[in-house]
Amino acid sequence: MSWISTIIFLPVVFLVIILLLPSRFREWYRYITLGTAILQAGIACIIYLRFDQAGSDGFQFLEKVPWIHLSLGNLGRLEIDYFLGVDGLSAPLLILSAVVMVAAAISSWEIKENMKGYFALFLLMDAAIMGVFCALDFFLFYVFYELMLLPLYFLIGMWGGPRREYAALKFFLYTLFGSVFMLLVIVGLYFSVTDPVSGAYTFNMLHMMDAANFVPGAVFSPEVVQTILGVPARLLGFAVIFIAFAIKVPVVPLHTWLPDAHVEAPTPISIILAGLLLKIGGYGILRICFGIFPDSALYFSWFIGMLGVISILYGALNALAMKDLKKLIAYSSVSHMGFVLLGFASFTTEGTSGALLQMVSHGILSTMLFFLVGVLYNRVHDRFIPNFRGLASHMPHYTAFVMVAFFASLGLPGFSAFIAEAFTLIGTFNSQSVNGLLPRWMAIAGSLGILLSAAYFLWTLQRMFFGTTRFRGGEAWSKQLIDLRPHEWAVLLPMALLTLMLGIFPSLFFDLSNSALANMVQELFETGKRHLDSLQYTNNLRF
Amino acid sequence: MIEKSWLIPLLPFLGFLINGLGRSRISKKTAAVIGSASVLCSFILSVLVFFELQGSAETGVTVKLFEWIRAGSLQIPFSFYVDPLTCVWLLVITGIGFLIHVYSAGYMHADQGFGKFFSYLNLFVFFMLILVMGAGYAIMFIGWEGVGLCSYLLIGFWYKNDAYNDAAKKAFIMNRIGDLGFLLGIFLLIATFGSTDFTEIFPQAAGFQSGDGRLLAITLCLFIGAVGKSAQLPLYTWLPDAMAGPTPVSALIHAATMVTAGVYMVARSNILYALSPVAMTVVAITGLATAIFAALIALTQNDIKKVLAYSTVSQLGYMFLALGVGAFTGAVFHVMTHAFFKALLFLGAGSVIHALHDQQDMRRMGGLKKAMPVTFLTMLLATLAISGIPPFSGFFSKDEILAHAFSRDPLLWVLGFAGALLTAFYMFRMLFLTFWGDFRGTAKEKQGIHESPASMTVPLILLAVLSVVGGFLGIPEVFARQAHLLGGFLAPVFAASQEVLPAMHVPHSTEWILMGISVLGVLVSIGMAWSLYVKKKRVPAEDTVQRSGLVAWSYHKFYVDELYQALIVRPLDALSGFFYRVMDKRFIDGIVNGVGSTILAFSSTLRLLQTGRIGSYLFYMVAGIILIFLLNYLIF
Repeated sequence: MSWISTIIFLPVVFLVIILLLPSRFREWYRYITLGTAILQAGIACIIYLRFDQAGSDGFQFLEKVPWIHLSLGNLGRLEIDYFLGVDGLSAPLLILSAVVMVAAAISSWEIKENMKGYFALFLLMDAAIMGVFCALDFFLFYVFYELMLLPLYFLIGMWGGPRREYAALKFFLYTLFGSVFMLLVIVGLYFSVTDPVSGAYTFNMLHMMDAANFVPGAVFSPEVVQTILGVPARLLGFAVIFIAFAIKVPVVPLHTWLPDAHVEAPTPISIILAGLLLKIGGYGILRICFGIFPDSALYFSWFIGMLGVISILYGALNALAMKDLKKLIAYSSVSHMGFVLLGFASFTTEGTSGALLQMVSHGILSTMLFFLVGVLYNRVHDRFIPNFRGLASHMPHYTAFVMVAFFASLGLPGFSAFIAEAFTLIGTFNSQSVNGLLPRWMAIAGSLGILLSAAYFLWTLQRMFFGTTRFRGGEAWSKQLIDLRPHEWAVLLPMALLTLMLGIFPSLFFDLSNSALANMVQELFETGKRHLDSLQYTNNLRF
Repeated sequence: MIEKSWLIPLLPFLGFLINGLGRSRISKKTAAVIGSASVLCSFILSVLVFFELQGSAETGVTVKLFEWIRAGSLQIPFSFYVDPLTCVWLLVITGIGFLIHVYSAGYMHADQGFGKFFSYLNLFVFFMLILVMGAGYAIMFIGWEGVGLCSYLLIGFWYKNDAYNDAAKKAFIMNRIGDLGFLLGIFLLIATFGSTDFTEIFPQAAGFQSGDGRLLAITLCLFIGAVGKSAQLPLYTWLPDAMAGPTPVSALIHAATMVTAGVYMVARSNILYALSPVAMTVVAITGLATAIFAALIALTQNDIKKVLAYSTVSQLGYMFLALGVGAFTGAVFHVMTHAFFKALLFLGAGSVIHALHDQQDMRRMGGLKKAMPVTFLTMLLATLAISGIPPFSGFFSKDEILAHAFSRDPLLWVLGFAGALLTAFYMFRMLFLTFWGDFRGTAKEKQGIHESPASMTVPLILLAVLSVVGGFLGIPEVFARQAHLLGGFLAPVFAASQEVLPAMHVPHSTEWILMGISVLGVLVSIGMAWSLYVKKKRVPAEDTVQRSGLVAWSYHKFYVDELYQALIVRPLDALSGFFYRVMDKRFIDGIVNGVGSTILAFSSTLRLLQTGRIGSYLFYMVAGIILIFLLNYLIF
C-alpha cells in the first residue's frame, strides 16, 4: 500500500475497530478518531516532504489497479480502475484535509450522544473526502463523492441543532439534484472516450482530458458540434457538471442550503462543511469541468467570472445583515469562495494560484471561525450577536483569537487570505490584456468585497467584543463564559500560526503548485481555444 | 550598516512580541523600558545608516531579504530599499517615535493596559518602518495596511467606550476605501511594468511620454490611497474622530508619521507623477481645497485635540499642494517640520489634558500659563512655528511651498496664503483660550493643576528645540547660496522628475515681497485673535446655543458626516437587509421550498390512489389499457 491509499483507508480500518468495540469503551472512540486524524496528518506531512515540487505538473504517488473489468459483448469492455494520484492542484487540498480533520476531531469532544454512530460516520466521511481529492478515475471519484454525502446527511440530521431535519434534507436534495445529472454526463463521457492502449471505453480522467482519446462522432467529441435538444452537447455537459460543483462551492443563487446546514450542524461538521466540502466544489470545477471541457470553460468564462463577482458581493451584503454569528460566517464563506470562481475564470496563472491558495486559506480560516463560534455556543447555547457585549474584557484570549481570525479573513497583509485574494484579483485584472476573457471592472467589483468584509467583521467585533460587558443571560452566563480551555488552544493556535505562515512565506504553498498550475492554465487555454475556434458555437455568451 | 538595516524594523517588532506576549507578567517599568529602548536602538541605527548613505556615492541601496512570492510571471522579493527619502522618514519615525514612547511612559502610567499600549505602539513603529523601507509597492502595502491596523487598535484602545469604537471602525474602513485605490494602482503597475519594485519601475517609467494614459491611471489610483491614509478631501472625516485614542497616539500616528505616508508614497513615485500633469493638478487642487476646508472647520472647534486634528488635515493639504506643484523637496521638508511642531502641540495638549484630569474642552481651561510654564512655553514655540513666523521651522517649509505655488500660478499662492492666515488665527485662538485669561473649570480641577513629570516635559523641550531650529535645514536660496541642506541630500531622489518638470523661477525680489506679505498677514491675524480672545476675553458659546450662518457650518463641520451617513451608510444597510430578507429568504428559498412543497402536494394527492382495494386497482388497470389502445389508435 502506498501513502495515498493509506491516508484514505486508515479511517476505514479504525472505523471497523470502533464498530467492534463494545459501547462501554465509548470514551475511547474520541481518542481513536483523534489518533486517526493525527496519523493522517503525519502522512500528509510525508506527502508534502516527498512531493517533487519541480515536477508538480505531473501526477505523483500514482496507484493503478484494475478494479472492475468486464466484457460487455458488443458494447465493448467496461474498464474501471482503482486509480489514484496527486499533483500540484490536489496535493495542497489533500494536506489541508488532513489538517482540518484533526481540528474537527478535537472539536468532536462536544458530541455526547450516540457516540458509536457519530464517530463511525465521521471516519467514513473522512475516508471519502480524502478519496475525492486523489481519485483519477471518474467512476471512483463519483463513488467517493456520493459516499461523502451519506454520512454528512446523518451527521447533520441526527447531531444537529433544532431545525436539523429541514437543514439536512435541504442539503441532501440540493446536492443530489446536482450529482444525479452529473451521473448522466459521466456515462456520456464514458461512451465518448477510449483508452489509447487497450481501445476500450474508459472512466480514466486523464484520458478524458486528452482530446485525442475521444471517439470520432461520440456525443462529447470535441471535433464536431453534437447537440442534445438543440444545445451543443459539450456546453451542456459542462454546464451540468458545473452546476453540480457550483452547488457545493456554493455559488449564488445555489447557496441557500449552506446557511441552514452550517447553522444546524454541530461544530465539527460545520468545520468540515466549510473547510473541506466547499473546496471539493472548487476542486471539481477546475479538475473536471475545466479539465475535460476546456472549450466550454472558455466559452462560459465571462459568465463564471460574473457568478464569482455576484457571490462575493451578495454574500458580503447578506453577512452585513446577519444577527446570528454562525450565519454571518456562513455568508462570509459564500463571499470568500466567490474569489475562487473569479480566479479560475481568469485563465491566468496568478488568478488560478490565488484561487487555489484562497481555498487553502479559507479552509484554515473557516475552521478557526466555526470553531470559535462553537466555543461560545457550547458554553451558553446562544450565538445571537445582540446577546453579547464586551466579551473582550471577559474572555481576553478568546477575543485575541477572534481578532486574528477576523483580521486574517478581511484580508490583512501578513495573513494567507490577503495574498490569495490579491492574486485572484491580479489575475482577473490582467485577464483583459492577457487573454481578453474577463473585463477589468470585475476585479474592481471583486475588490469591493474586501471592503465589505472589513465592514461586517469590524462591526461584529464592536457589537460583541467591545463596550462594557453585558450578557443576556446575566450572571449565569458570566460564570459559564470562561476563557479558552487547553484543547481549544490546541486547535486555535496551530491554525492561527498556519495562516500567518502562509501569509509571510507564501512560497511554502506556491512552490508546491506553481509549475502544475502554470502548465495547466496554459494547456487548458490553448486546447480550449483551439476547440472553440474549430467548433464555432453560435454567438458567444458575453453580455 | 545599510546591509543590516533590516535590524531597524526588527527591534520594535521584538519589543512588540515581548510586551505583547508577556503583558500580564512584565511590570510597567520594564514594559516602558523595553518599548522605548527598542525604538531608541532603531533610531541610533537609522543615524548610522544616514551617515553611511551620506558618505557613499550610491543613491539607494537594495537589501534583499528573501523571495516572497513567485507565481506565474510575477516575482515579488521581500527586500528593503534605503535611499535619502527613506532615510528622512527613518529618522523622523524613530526619533520622534522614541520621544513619544518616553512621553507615554508618563502619560499612561495609571492605565491598566500599559503593557498592551506599548506593544501596540511598537507594532505601529514596526509597520511604519516596513512602509518606508519596502523596496516595492507590494511591501509598502504591507506596512500601509499594518499601520492601519495599529491605528484601529490604538484609536479603540479604551474599547469599553462605544464612541471610541465607532471612531476606530470608521478610521479602518475609510482607510480601506483608500487602500482599494492603492491596490488597484498596484495591479495597474503590475500590468504595465510587470513588477512592483521601485528599481524596476522608475527607470522604465522615465522613458514614457508625458501624459501617458497608463501613468495617469496609476497615479490617480495611488493617489486615492494617499487621500485615505493622509486624510484629504473627501476621505478626511476619520482623522478628527481618531482623536478618541490616547494623546501620544494622536501625536505619533495621527500627526507625525502615519498620516504622512501618503506624502511619502507620492514623493516616492515622483517620476510617475511628474509625467502625469493631470494627476499633478488633481493632487494640488485636492491639497489646497483640504487645507482651506479643514482650516475653516478648525476656527470654531472647542475640543483642543479636535482643533489640532483639523489643523493636521489642513497642514497635510499643504504638503499635497507642494507635491502637486512639483515642490517634492518642499513637501518632505514640511513633513519634517510639521512632525516636530505638531507632535509637540499634541504632546503639549496631552500635558494640559493630563493636568486637568481628561478635560479636553477649551471652554473649561484658561490661565494655565503660570501653573504649567514648560508646557506653555514649548507650545508657544510650536504655535509660532506652525503659524509661519520667522525664523521658526514652519516658516521656511511653508514659504518654500508657497513660493513654488506662486511660480505655478499666483492664484494658488493667494489661496494658500489665505489658508495660512486662518492657521495663525485658529492656532493662537487655541493658545489664548488655554493659557491666557482666568481658569474657567471647577474649583476642584483648579486645585489639581500641576506641571507634568519630567518624562513628559523633557520630550516637549526636545521637540521645541527641533521646532525652532528645524527650519535651518532648508534655508531658501534668497538668504544664502547652497544653504538648502535637505534639498541637497534629497536631490538624487527627485533628479529624474526635476528634468521633466519646469524649474521654479521666481525672482528674488518677488520672493522677498511674498515673504513680507505673508509674515505681515500672519501678524495681523494673530493680532485679531489677541484682541478677540485676550482683550475682549471672548469665550466660545456652549454647545446648546444655536449658531447661524457660516459659523454654524464651520461648527457642524459642514455636515459632511451627516451627508455620508445619508448617502452611503444608510443605503448600504437597506441594501443588505433587502438582499437577506427579500432575495434570499423570500425569492431563492421561496423557489427551493416551493419545489419541495409542490412535490409533496402532488405526491400526497397521488398517494390517495393507492387504496389497497383490489377492485380499484383492477379498474385502474382496465382504464390504463383502454388509454393505451386509444392513444395507439389516435397516433398511428
